[in-house]
Amino acid sequence: MSTVKNEREPLFSAKNIRLMTTPLNKENPITKQVLGICSALAVTVKVEPAIVMAISVMAVLAVGNLVISLLRNTIPNRIRIIVQLVVIAALVILVDQVLKAYSYDVSKQLSVFVGLIITNCIIMGRFEAFAMGNKPWPSFLDGLGNAAGYGWILIAVAVARELFGSGTIMGMTIIPEGFYGFGYVNNGLMILPPMALIVVAVIIWIQRARNKDMVEEN
Amino acid sequence: MKPIRNILDSIKPHVQKGGKFHAFHSFYDAIETLFFVPNHVTTKGSHIRDGVDMKRTMFMVVLAMVPALLFGMWNVGNLHFQANGVTDFTLMEAFWYGFLKVLPLIIVSYAVGLGIEIAFAQGRGHEVNEGFFVSGMLIPLVLPVTTPLWMVALAVAFAVIFGKEVFGGTGMNIVNPALLARAFLFFAYPAYLSGDSVWIAQSADAISGATPLAVLTAGQHLDLSVMGMLIGNYAGSIGESSTIAILIGAAFLLYTGVASWKVMFSFFIGGFSMALLLNGLASSFPENAYLALPAYQHLLIGGFAFGGVFMITDPVSATQTETGKWIYGFLAGFIAIIVRVLNPAYPEGVMLAILFMNVFAPLIDHYVIEANIKRRLKRVAIAK
Repeated sequence: MSTVKNEREPLFSAKNIRLMTTPLNKENPITKQVLGICSALAVTVKVEPAIVMAISVMAVLAVGNLVISLLRNTIPNRIRIIVQLVVIAALVILVDQVLKAYSYDVSKQLSVFVGLIITNCIIMGRFEAFAMGNKPWPSFLDGLGNAAGYGWILIAVAVARELFGSGTIMGMTIIPEGFYGFGYVNNGLMILPPMALIVVAVIIWIQRARNKDMVEEN
Repeated sequence: MKPIRNILDSIKPHVQKGGKFHAFHSFYDAIETLFFVPNHVTTKGSHIRDGVDMKRTMFMVVLAMVPALLFGMWNVGNLHFQANGVTDFTLMEAFWYGFLKVLPLIIVSYAVGLGIEIAFAQGRGHEVNEGFFVSGMLIPLVLPVTTPLWMVALAVAFAVIFGKEVFGGTGMNIVNPALLARAFLFFAYPAYLSGDSVWIAQSADAISGATPLAVLTAGQHLDLSVMGMLIGNYAGSIGESSTIAILIGAAFLLYTGVASWKVMFSFFIGGFSMALLLNGLASSFPENAYLALPAYQHLLIGGFAFGGVFMITDPVSATQTETGKWIYGFLAGFIAIIVRVLNPAYPEGVMLAILFMNVFAPLIDHYVIEANIKRRLKRVAIAK
C-alpha cells in the first residue's frame, strides 16, 4: 500500500497529459460545457484582443488553479467561494496592470472585459471542479489545458469574424483589393455579436459531426 | 402528363438502389413528387389523406404571390423609365425590363435554396420535401431589385442552413426563413438594403428614389395619395409596394384556406391600434410628423401588407393554438408600428416585429394551453 503511494508519478504521465489535451476537444469549456460564452461574444471582433484575452485567461486560470490547490486543505468549506474570488481578483488585477503597462492599446480595446475575467465561469468552474480536490501540479496542468481550450475557440471565432467582417487578420489586409472591385463587401453582421454565437455553433456542429460521442442525449 | 410519367419511369431504375445514378435519387424524388402526388397510403388504422399534400399547399402560396410579383416586375421597369426621364414607354416595355431584372434574383434564390435542401436530404437519407418553394419566391420579393446576386445567394444559404436545416429541416424552423434571409442582408450589408439609392434599377449612376417610409422617417411630408398607396407605383422592395396585388393574393390564400385569417386579421388590427395610439400622441409631440400619419395609411405603405399576408401567416413559425393566433398576430402588428415610428434607425419595422414574434410563438402557445388545462380542471372539480 505505502509503496504505491510513495512512488512518484512522472511529471508528464499519460494521465497528466490527458488533463491538458481533453479540454482542447472533447471536454472543451466553450463548445462542450458552454461556459465563458459572454467573453467569446465580446472580444472576438478582432484577432489581436482575442489572443491577448486568451493569454490573460490562461495566466489567471493556471496560476489560480495552482494557488487554490495549494490552499485546498486550509480553506474552510463554507467560505470557499469568497476565497476563490479573492484569488481570482488578485490575479486579474495583476494581469490588468501588466496589460496597461506593456500593451496599452489592446488593454483599451478589451476595456472592461479584462476585469470581467473574474466572472468568467470557466475559472470558478475549474477551481470548484478540479483544484479543490487535486494536487498542485495536475491542477496547474488542468488550468493550462482548459485555458488553451477556451483560447483556441476564441481565436478561431475571431479569425472568422475579422476575416469576413473587416477583411483583415491581425490588422493586415487579407482579402485582395480586386475582390472589392468585383463588388465584394465586408459582412457587417460578422461584427455584430449574434454572428459570434453562430460561428461558435458551427464549431460545435463540426466537432459533434466528427465525434459522435460528444452528442448529448436528450 | 403521360409523356412526363414515361420519362420519369424510364429513369427510375437508374436512380434506385443499385442503379448507376443512385447518388442523385433525392433529386429524382424531388422532380417526381413535383409532377405527381406521391402514392403513399396510410397503412395503420383508418385515416383520410387529403390529396393536397405539402407540395400542393406550397404551390397555392406561390400562386398567391403571382399578382404581387407581376406588379413588382412592371414597377421595376416603370420606376426605371421614370427615373431616366423616359415618358412614352408601354406597359409591356416596362414589364419586360423589370422581368429581366427580377428573374435572375428568383433563379439564384431557387437554385441555391433547393440545392442546399436536396444536399441535406440526401446526406440525412430523408425524402426531399421542398419547404423552400415558398421561401424561394418570398426572398426576391422582399429585396430591392438592385441587390447583387451573390448577396442573394449568401443570404439564401444562410437562411436555409441556419434558419431551417440546423433545426431539422422543413417544418422545424423557429423563424421564417425568408425573413431571416432579409434580416441577414439588412444587418450584413445595410448599404444595399436601405437608403435612397438601392430601389431603382439603372445602368449608370445611382438614382435616388426614397421609399415613402424613408421620406416619413426623415420628417418630410409624404406626397402620395391613398390611391397611390393602394396601387403602389412607388419605390420599395419588389413585391411589397402594391397593396391591391397583395390583397388579391390574400383573398386567394383565405379562399383556399392555406393561410389563417385570424393571424392575418389580428396583424392588421394590431398595427391599426398602435397607429391610432400614436396619432393620439401626435399633438403632444409636433416635431415628430410621423406620429400624425393617419392610422389606415400605415397599413398601406411599406411592407406592412406584404408581411401581414405572406410572412406572418407562415404556419410553421406562427402559433398553433387558435387563441394564440390572435395574440401572435396582434402583437406583431403592434410592434411593427412601434419600431417603424419610434425608432429612427429603422424606417420599417415589419421584418423585425415578425421575427421577434416568431421567437415568442412557442411561449404564447404554451400559456394558451396551460390556461386551457386550468380552465378544464376547474370544470372537473365542480363536477365532483
